[in-house]
Amino acid sequence: MSDDILISARDLSVGFRIGSGFFSKAVLKAVDHVDLDIAKGSFFGLVGESGSGKTTLGRALLKAVPITGGTARYNDGEVDLDLTTLSGPALKDYRKRAQLIFQDPYAALSPRMTVRDIIAEPLEVMGLTKSREETDARVREIAAKCRLNLEHLRRFPHAFSGGQRQRISIARALVSGPQFIVADESVAALDVSIQADVLNLLKQIQRDMGLTFLFISHDLSVVAHTCDHVAVMYLGRLVESAPTRTLFAAPRHPYTRALFSAIPSLDPDDRGRAQKLIGEIPSPTNQPPGCKFHTRCPHAIDRCKAEEPVLEHPGDGHEVACHRWRELLDEMVA
Amino acid sequence: MTALIEVENLTLKFRTDEGLITAVEDVSFSIAKGEVMGLVGESGSGKSVTAKALMHLNAKNAVYSPESRITLHTDSGPVDVLSLTTARDLKVVRGGAISMIFQEPMASFAPAITIGKQMVEQLQLHSDMSKARAREISIEMLDRVGISDPARRVDQYAFELSGGMRQRAMIAMALSTKPKLLIADEPTTALDVTIQAQVLDLMKDLVAEFHMGIVFITHDLGVIAQTADKVSVMYLGRLIEEGPVREVIRNPKHPYTQGLLAALPKLDDLEAPLTPVAGDIPSPLERPTGCVFHTRCPKFLGDICKTALPRDEKVDPNHRVACHIHSAEVMA
Ligand SMILES: Nc1ncnc2c1ncn2[C@@H]1O[C@H](COP(=O)(O)OP(=O)(O)OP(=O)(O)O)[C@@H](O)[C@H]1O
Ligand SMILES: Nc1ncnc2c1ncn2[C@@H]1O[C@H](COP(=O)(O)OP(=O)(O)O)[C@@H](O)[C@H]1O
Ligand code: SF4
Ligand code: SF4
Ligand SMILES: [Mg+2]
Ligand SMILES: [Mg+2]
Repeated sequence: MSDDILISARDLSVGFRIGSGFFSKAVLKAVDHVDLDIAKGSFFGLVGESGSGKTTLGRALLKAVPITGGTARYNDGEVDLDLTTLSGPALKDYRKRAQLIFQDPYAALSPRMTVRDIIAEPLEVMGLTKSREETDARVREIAAKCRLNLEHLRRFPHAFSGGQRQRISIARALVSGPQFIVADESVAALDVSIQADVLNLLKQIQRDMGLTFLFISHDLSVVAHTCDHVAVMYLGRLVESAPTRTLFAAPRHPYTRALFSAIPSLDPDDRGRAQKLIGEIPSPTNQPPGCKFHTRCPHAIDRCKAEEPVLEHPGDGHEVACHRWRELLDEMVA
Repeated sequence: MTALIEVENLTLKFRTDEGLITAVEDVSFSIAKGEVMGLVGESGSGKSVTAKALMHLNAKNAVYSPESRITLHTDSGPVDVLSLTTARDLKVVRGGAISMIFQEPMASFAPAITIGKQMVEQLQLHSDMSKARAREISIEMLDRVGISDPARRVDQYAFELSGGMRQRAMIAMALSTKPKLLIADEPTTALDVTIQAQVLDLMKDLVAEFHMGIVFITHDLGVIAQTADKVSVMYLGRLIEEGPVREVIRNPKHPYTQGLLAALPKLDDLEAPLTPVAGDIPSPLERPTGCVFHTRCPKFLGDICKTALPRDEKVDPNHRVACHIHSAEVMA
């Protein structure tokens, strides 16, 4: 694993056993044989329709759901951890290095805790500080980075607006000094006028503190503006992965193209030219054979129904899993 | 164009433990037959409350000011919506001439009743058709909104359908009574973009076919650009700008509308920095004096914005804005 890669997953799978019976063998493949490298210091975007496995992949990399297949490693230069087998003190150590930003701390936390206590909790739970003074100093330092002042720290979360609550939740995630942050739909609940502010804050923190982000979002415009690399998921598989500009300028996978064209244009004179996808994402318990996208793909041929494409690495850093991508690219150019 | 519904000086407060909360203040607009009005604004700006007022459907703690007036023009003459009280009279604005679809489709389907049974009941409530005919129409409508195998789906429960299908079923139910006005409150916000594109297409087709008026509530300006004829922008309960969709999106006049458009991440320019509207939305309990936007306005003019309420000014025959920059006093 090269030095500039923080997280590296190979063939990573997460399956959930479903059905009621104790001996039930039905398994829902939420993440299915995913290969993924997240470079140190990058702002890595993960997009895809609801149910495609984004949250599950993020949680697997945080060791918050069991990894059921393949491997995942974390290497920040100080420690090199095998996430698949991680347990005991090494897992405890990983908890302070890898953190999740809650979507809304107000919904997740006790309304009777002050903002100071909310931010301090991870320090106390993990025993990272030795005295109340040290905790307070650390909380104040992180709060200031998130533009929260002393007055804010004394108040209760219900007194805050959505943008302020999101800043509290960012401070809480940062307080243990993590290297790796998973931000799952962190701005989805915010109004547009506030959203830009939180995104700018996340970017600034990432640059100033040299952190690595996995940024999960269903909003492609937001991802385009904040991430330096984007991976696209469909039914548990990674179907395309590329530097942001490359991906948005020349998407290779038919699904990515369909996603892009579904974004409503801001131009009132540019109505209804979307390349419409028919149908919906199939149920993960009843996945189609071959390419999982073939039931909706306008370019599907017989081969797609029988044989599953693998993620190709054509050498230009733009990975894609589609039997016909080269051919389709030529057609588009022609 | 003849007005379908007219809203005049709508002011609505809620009685709460913390005092009276102003949800909507002095809002006026009208919608013509076949016209789609997009209603945008941040959460809490009063969009849903305004929409529910059109059906006289707000919670019991709602207090309407005496000046508030909503007039629905029906074939049998004008109806004063806010004076309707009995369930029998309210039928015309609740499922009769006006129907509503919600962000969360589960909210409009009773969990223990099949979709078909609910659609049939709705149809029979608003007409004197037979049960068999009502079922026929229900199946037709489900087919019309693109639900495959409608004769089987009609006997399913809402929870058995996927999110996109549920949204289609709700649209089918809302349209089955052939309303003159459809209120769609964030109908695609909970959907994936791919499904949103399908539902928007469906709605566009249905508007063309049924020629009804629509209030389309959303916080997504892209969705507005794709669907609306005119746009009304709300902020803290006030309607601060209204105009034709092209005008408002290309040539916004209110500093808030301008800020909203600038804050939007745009796909055609990935280099452009994201520019938030500074500050936070004030709590409804701390309503700013003067112009409601003055605590965040980058074009703040000073005392006048803090003390005087800006009046509606016409910048074009169909484009109005409430901001002192555009009021005659300042220009003079
Ligand atoms: N604990 C669990 N048990 C069973 N199935 C699960 C569990 N967690 C997730 N799943 C299933 O795994 C699949 C992927 O879910 P996941 O939450 O990762 O999707 P997502 O891409 O984050 O979707 P969204 O955009 O809606 O957040 C879904 O089908 C989901 O229902
Ligand atoms: N039943 C109620 N009691 C008290 N306040 C309410 C009630 N319904 C809505 N409000 C308040 O009215 C304001 C406008 O709400 P709403 O119309 O739902 O906003 P939105 O623009 O997000 O749809 C908000 O401040 C909201 O909290
Ligand atoms: S492999 Fe076939 S079905 Fe899958 S995306 Fe490519 S063309 Fe479409
Ligand atoms: S009236 Fe004043 S504060 Fe309000 S929007 Fe106009 S310039 Fe800004
Ligand atoms: Mg998720
Ligand atoms: Mg609402």
